[in-house]
Amino acid sequence: MSGGRHLYVHLPFCAQRCGYCDFVTVVGREAQHAGYVDALLAELELERPALSPELDTAFLGGGTPTFTEAQELERLLAALPPARELTVEANPETVTQELARMLRRFGVNRVSLGVQSFQPHLLQVLERVAQPDTVRRAFYHLRDAGFDNISFDLIYGIPGQSAATLEADLREALDLGPEHLSCYELEAKPGTRFTHAHGAELERQADAMETYFELVVDRLTGAGYRWYETANFCRPSPSRDLRAQHNLAYWLGRDYLGIGIGAVSTIGGRRWRNTPRLAAYIRSLDGGERPTRDVEPLSPEVLRRERLMLGLRLDEPLGLADLDGVVDSSAFARLQQLGLVRSGRDATGGPTLELTPRGRLLGGGVTADLLA
Amino acid sequence: MTQDRIRNFSIIAHIDHGKSTLADRILELTHAVSDRDMREQVLDSMDLERERGITIKAQAVRVEWKGHQLNLIDTPGHVDFTYEVSRSLQACEGALLVVDAAQGTQAQTLANAYLAVENELEIVPVVNKIDLPQADPDAAGRELAELIGDDPDHVLRISAKTGVGVEDVLDAVVERVPPPSGDPEAPARALIFDSSYDQYRGVVAFVRVVDGRFSTREPLRAMALRTRFEAEELGFFSPTRRESGVLEAGEVGYIITGLKDVSRLRVGDTITSEKRPAAEPLPGYKEVKPMVFSGLFPTDSDDYPELRDALEKLKLNDAALFYEPETSQALGFGFRCGFLGLLHMEIVRERLEREFDLNLIVTAPNVAYRVKPPNGDWVEVHTPADMPNEVEEVEEPYIKASIIVPKEFVGTVMELNNDRRGTFDHMEYLSEARVHLTYELPLAEIVLDYYDQLKSRTRGYASFDYDVIGFRPGKLVRVDILVGGEPVDALSLILHRDSAYDRGRMLVERLREEIPRQHFDVAIQAAIGARVIARETVKARRKDVLAKCYGGDITRKRKLLERQKAGKKRMKQVGMVEVPQEAFLAVLNLDGEKKS
Repeated sequence: MSGGRHLYVHLPFCAQRCGYCDFVTVVGREAQHAGYVDALLAELELERPALSPELDTAFLGGGTPTFTEAQELERLLAALPPARELTVEANPETVTQELARMLRRFGVNRVSLGVQSFQPHLLQVLERVAQPDTVRRAFYHLRDAGFDNISFDLIYGIPGQSAATLEADLREALDLGPEHLSCYELEAKPGTRFTHAHGAELERQADAMETYFELVVDRLTGAGYRWYETANFCRPSPSRDLRAQHNLAYWLGRDYLGIGIGAVSTIGGRRWRNTPRLAAYIRSLDGGERPTRDVEPLSPEVLRRERLMLGLRLDEPLGLADLDGVVDSSAFARLQQLGLVRSGRDATGGPTLELTPRGRLLGGGVTADLLA
Repeated sequence: MTQDRIRNFSIIAHIDHGKSTLADRILELTHAVSDRDMREQVLDSMDLERERGITIKAQAVRVEWKGHQLNLIDTPGHVDFTYEVSRSLQACEGALLVVDAAQGTQAQTLANAYLAVENELEIVPVVNKIDLPQADPDAAGRELAELIGDDPDHVLRISAKTGVGVEDVLDAVVERVPPPSGDPEAPARALIFDSSYDQYRGVVAFVRVVDGRFSTREPLRAMALRTRFEAEELGFFSPTRRESGVLEAGEVGYIITGLKDVSRLRVGDTITSEKRPAAEPLPGYKEVKPMVFSGLFPTDSDDYPELRDALEKLKLNDAALFYEPETSQALGFGFRCGFLGLLHMEIVRERLEREFDLNLIVTAPNVAYRVKPPNGDWVEVHTPADMPNEVEEVEEPYIKASIIVPKEFVGTVMELNNDRRGTFDHMEYLSEARVHLTYELPLAEIVLDYYDQLKSRTRGYASFDYDVIGFRPGKLVRVDILVGGEPVDALSLILHRDSAYDRGRMLVERLREEIPRQHFDVAIQAAIGARVIARETVKARRKDVLAKCYGGDITRKRKLLERQKAGKKRMKQVGMVEVPQEAFLAVLNLDGEKKS
């Protein structure tokens, strides 16, 4: 008995669209929430054979999953197969006492909070609705409801940001003490309204981003967090693994099913992406059909290269036993000489590879070098 | 035809002063071409020549005028072909010295006029373009007369374009140019003043018969190179090829030799009869040697075989072109080519690109150096990388530059020449307004952008010509460029010690801009031997990783990474440093150099 043990559910609805966002989102459309959840459940039914009856993780991402009409969200949560880790993404302004309690009631045990920044002027640049106080309030509502695994998303490299405001953001976050932090650089996509509006300042930020990244790693590891993935940090705990188990599945190259518009799945050497169009998606599933998908077959060679690319993002040595021919040995020797990679042995004596802390800062270039 | 009825002459004129138009008009007047066949500028047969307004290869055309046989020998119009010009002039007894009525004498005209005087030619001065509104025929005529020490009344005034005065020119050729004076009974001697290659007939020699006569099927010999061959066909052009079977003393024509290698029959050599050879060759033969060298590399390394074939073909027609294979760390496989000068280089490059459809990288040119290593013999060095580390003496080629400018620009031109290590030689007023300056300069100082500088400083009014006058010792050093501690062969330079520091610094600054940041600090240094004279650092990257990578991004991230990988593969590895080809090009490429 096999099948994917990881499920991603995309909930695209948002109150408004933030200028920098490039996810598949849909503003408003409350009238369609029910139909969309019907379609999600229909897709889940169609794919159930590919899924293990008990899941390790499920993740509701968006969009703003918590913007979805409450009763529809409840209906969805109730219908999901049980999962050991069930995460919901939430925007601070949507987190009320009721919502927190409802999530808890439906088995959600992890919330990823889209904080982004604690600085009012930077939140404004990002076109976020929340204010710093909103974030704190949401955090306490979640704690009060019993959530003991909360993650913050922070963004750096925001137009108008400085090293000082980034430090302040990190300090504010650490004061609240979430179990997990994801820190992303702002990726302004060319051609977006946001890039157009902030062009010159974004260039300045691109230069500063180098030091920001070091600053983030320095402050968070200094505060005792584990830098377990390029952009992800968690508290060490003797009793619990507080890494994002769902995302860890991606980085370890596990199979996962994604449902909803624009969602990506990778199962059995095939990767597919659902249509990003809401109406078309609902229409197909309403008629009992799978939605339109872009399918990408993944050869064993490509999967091995992805294993290297993803595995090197983690702080644990990557076993090379199955990765024959993927690593360029002369590049490896050169990078080792530069103190960017390290080789080792796993418990069974198999060869492993990991990046040094400086190697992790340069992970993209180093991985490109290593790929044969 | 008896020699007293023969006149051999050429036309000396600056580019665009009307040489080709006058030649056309002469052919028309003498009915060598019918109006219907009249093609503009018949002598300039190659497209390239036509576009540039110059003539690379000399040809000779025979016409009849009032009972006389006139042979018009076309001369190459540019400095790089001085030797060929001098051989063409040696084949004549007279020359038309043509000057534009609006522009007056130019440096090239002057140089060629002096050559004509040295060859004891009768000079017929002609002021052309008198029909132009801005023409000043009186001033141009006075200047011309003064130049050659003639009476201004002897200067002919014509418009080759409209035909006014062209008959007078032909009459003057008959009246003023002396007939040939060789010995028709002596052992045969003919001067090769040009040659070309025909893929079916082999090497074609253009000759001026001085003594005796030549006929078809006769066994012949080139005296300097001792090349033996048979005259497969003899004749002349009028303007199309006409086989005549014989060429007699005083006549100009062609000999088809059947030789398959153009280098075996050199311009300036003397052809004689194998059966009754002449005792002495005609004077003046010398071997022309390339003075300017440059690397030619295909932009796409797959085109290397095409480049090799193309150079082989060009060489068939261009004995002065020299090339040998060269391998560069930066640019891969290519050829080090030797040229007579800059124009020759430009022509070869353009022909390769145009006729052979090749995309080329042409490295910045350098000159030939003579180098004496300690306890060793003198050697000639064509590329900086071949310059030994230890040298006792180095010599570089010098030129005598001849520059004509309006007098208000004399100061700025002197300044330029001083900056370029020039030594003042001579200055004279050609007229009240125009000055002729001569300087001695290292050839290396003019191969890059001298001409552009001269033109821009004089608002385009300067005209320039030069003649290589030999090798002289110089305080020259080899400057090596090191990237990450590794010397990059293709970037080494030979520079005068005084400019080594500035140029070295410029180069490392340029490279710093072009080399992308790496995982570590990269030092870029310019060094003379072990002494570093300039240094820049490409600071290491501190971050090179994309923050976000979740389920939906994996394919896109993988493709980004593969692209990054492909980009790295295109780079050249210098030690540990990855250098994009563009970085080398920015420093090496001739065009890049010109812009700076």
